[in-house]
Amino acid sequence: MSDRARGYSLGTRLLAWPILALLLWTVVYPNIAVIAGSFSGGLDNWRAFGVNPADREATWSTFVVSFWSVVTSVLIGVPLAFLLTRFEFRGRRLLSAVATLPAALPPLVGVVAFLFLYGESGVVTRVAQRALGLEHAPWTLTGIWAIVFIHAYTMYVYVFLFVQAGLERFDTSLEEAAAGLGASKWTALRRVTLPLLTPSIVGSMLLVFMSALGSFSAPYIFGGGMRVLSTQILASKLNGAMGLAYVETTVLALTAVAALLGLRWFERRRTYAMSTKGRATRTVVRSRAARAIGAVLAVVIVTVLVLPHAMVILVSFARDAAWTTQVLPPEYTLDNFRQLGRDAQLWVPIKNSVLMSLIATGANVVVCFVAAYLIVLRKFRGKRLLELLISIPWAIPATAIALGLASTFDRNDPATLRVLLVGTFWILPLAYFVRGIPLVASAAEGSLKQMDPSLEDAARGLGASWWMTMRRVILPAARPGLVAGAMLAAIAAVGEFVASVVLYTHANRPISMEILAQFRNLAFGTAAAYSVLLIVLVLLITGVARLSERRPAVS
Amino acid sequence: MTEPPRTAGTLSLEGLTRRFGNNAGVNALTLEVGRGELLALIGASGSGKTTTLRMIAGYERPDAGRILIDGADITSLPPRKRDFGMVFQHYALFPHMSVGNNVAFGLEARGVAKAERLERANRALANVGLEAAADRAVQSLSGGEQQRVALARALVIEPRVLLLDEPLSNLDPTLRRSTREELRLTLRRLGVTAVFVTHDQEDAFAIADRVAVLQRGTLLQVGTPEELYDLPASRAVAEFIGTGALVPARRQGAEVSIAIGGVTRSVRAEGAATGEVLAVLRPDSLAFVPSDSADAWPGVVTERRFTGSLVAYHVRLAGDLDVEVHSTRRDVKESERVAVRVVREPVAVIAP
Repeated sequence: MSDRARGYSLGTRLLAWPILALLLWTVVYPNIAVIAGSFSGGLDNWRAFGVNPADREATWSTFVVSFWSVVTSVLIGVPLAFLLTRFEFRGRRLLSAVATLPAALPPLVGVVAFLFLYGESGVVTRVAQRALGLEHAPWTLTGIWAIVFIHAYTMYVYVFLFVQAGLERFDTSLEEAAAGLGASKWTALRRVTLPLLTPSIVGSMLLVFMSALGSFSAPYIFGGGMRVLSTQILASKLNGAMGLAYVETTVLALTAVAALLGLRWFERRRTYAMSTKGRATRTVVRSRAARAIGAVLAVVIVTVLVLPHAMVILVSFARDAAWTTQVLPPEYTLDNFRQLGRDAQLWVPIKNSVLMSLIATGANVVVCFVAAYLIVLRKFRGKRLLELLISIPWAIPATAIALGLASTFDRNDPATLRVLLVGTFWILPLAYFVRGIPLVASAAEGSLKQMDPSLEDAARGLGASWWMTMRRVILPAARPGLVAGAMLAAIAAVGEFVASVVLYTHANRPISMEILAQFRNLAFGTAAAYSVLLIVLVLLITGVARLSERRPAVS
Repeated sequence: MTEPPRTAGTLSLEGLTRRFGNNAGVNALTLEVGRGELLALIGASGSGKTTTLRMIAGYERPDAGRILIDGADITSLPPRKRDFGMVFQHYALFPHMSVGNNVAFGLEARGVAKAERLERANRALANVGLEAAADRAVQSLSGGEQQRVALARALVIEPRVLLLDEPLSNLDPTLRRSTREELRLTLRRLGVTAVFVTHDQEDAFAIADRVAVLQRGTLLQVGTPEELYDLPASRAVAEFIGTGALVPARRQGAEVSIAIGGVTRSVRAEGAATGEVLAVLRPDSLAFVPSDSADAWPGVVTERRFTGSLVAYHVRLAGDLDVEVHSTRRDVKESERVAVRVVREPVAVIAP
């Protein structure tokens, strides 16, 4: 059957093909280049990977880190979600407000903050050392457990959000029915609540697994000589062992894609129709002892969650090089911020980050709106492909995306569709764009799916042109998702570190690279001041997004 | 089974009260449900009927009052220890379990061995006409079948009281009628003590032995469907149950005189109100009579609606008084002049 006969309109195809071509070129082609590169010497690179002890160690550590990251995230995220959705106690609102705070910390900033707090000369470490009267620090923040520690802090948020959403959707009459039929609280939890939450829990576990698999900042900064695949890729590239880097990238990316496919499979199972007569009532904690424990617990958790942010702010006022063996930085100054006013050079990374994330996010909004429109409201050949293309960058670790772009856009060769971008300004906005696609597209899709599809027909039936329908009906319907997705993409781009470290040049160095450079120079105050500016930028983006959400939208 | 089962109990509510903020959710409700009796709680939304049911089930704690089963106080017992069966409005079937496991769940919670549990679940499913459905997924069932599974799940534990929260509200009208019949037959056959909540008078009348009418948390009247229809105790009940015109009249002894447009008719009265009262003229207690009949009220047909077995006529009498007349006559046209007369006595009277 021809496309016309299937009712696929010419307009839809004219819209779909450029989008498909663009995504094939920027998302799929670099990955294929990587896989092809891994076979450039036949199977030699793969053999080398197989026998190289460093790579074996890296592969093993990657899985060990990912496994324990999943376990710890579940152990924190699930109880916290139950606590905050099912119980009422003093401090609940405060705890809810800060529970997702770790996700708002740019990855590199989180790692640096953890060093300030829990590193060998960190504040918490020194307090513990003094309290115990030890000669040396009671622990070192290196190796697998250090990485798992920070992963637990940042990634439990996924589990928490998934389970919380699951609990809020939960039809509480199911639990009432179980109780009415004679089931104890424990039986109801085991036989009814947990089985129904399993899709949420497993979904978030896969998400944590994927994130931990590709995590770069933590192993890079405090791996302590320990290797994981993502850092190994950069090391191979810097050593000029590109073939090996390609194999490592392929292994890492394929594992992540397998996890993504698992997640998709689970999401399709997550369709228990929950009729919503859920009376979400929180049990008010009545016993005095439980209330006291709850309040103390809330304070402790809030403190642990807020400490990294607080620490970065504190250190941003510390004089560089003055903080040596004291528990807290001894001298405070505004110089770290004042310098920015004096030296225009210091603004360069900030300008770079803002400009590059604006470009990338702008492109994301245009491309992803069209893609979401096509997926939700149009029929055309290649729809499944489009859905796949926009979800791929979600699974593939940033290091792998960066290496793909680095090996594809490294020369001008129109015959193989290559353009020289490496070493130019444009390679980083491109990387940010690719990473932002799934965030913006899925949010826009979510909004469009809530729109009654007959609205489009209604508008056309009332005589509106295609363009007017788009502008007055479709775009307003997609807007809440576009705004939310663009916010997430811009936040990720402005603090991006992992792809940047592979692709940046001195001229377009982003804030994260400057933080790393200052940190390596032991200019902790300056590094923290940049971190604070980065957090301020994130808050600004959030504020702008909130403001534009407040405009009336079609729902 | 024609005798009420051993497990069916007598339920008593004594001054049951639940407050929500300022307005009373349920206000000092006292009610008795006999062994094997089917009682309907009926009222508009916000009348407190669902809150009452949830208090009986134990999902909500009353602020005052007691709940007794066979004379034993169970007010502070948690739901799982009450041995009540409940059919939820949206059925609350466990979506991750098969039909059979849903029905067997209450037995599993009671530690019944697997073989017996399955056997009893199958028998309960057979009781609702779903013997072949045990292995099916809950999602694959139609709304009516889900309702029956929910009923089987509540009955299999041999509840002392069966509670049903708007059990028919999720069904489309055709299915609703047939399911209502089945529900009535099943409950009668099993002889369980049951309380069910509904906002639909037809459902209540079709199923219940007695009906309790609630308004803003207060029990207005409880009685058989006939009592509520023929002898409403108050204006609120007369307006809520059935249709009919409330006509100012005068009660003298056993008679009530209804004067419309200078024509006064005296009929036998029933009800406690005396003096200036309202007479409840139900559509089926009025009929068309030849215009020269004595005591007939002249009027004009303003609307005619064919319902199948009857024709419902709206008639405007003198003084712009509108009454409804249900008649088997089909030949009366709109705008036609007619004469209307009370043909069924006694007529209920209520305080104005």
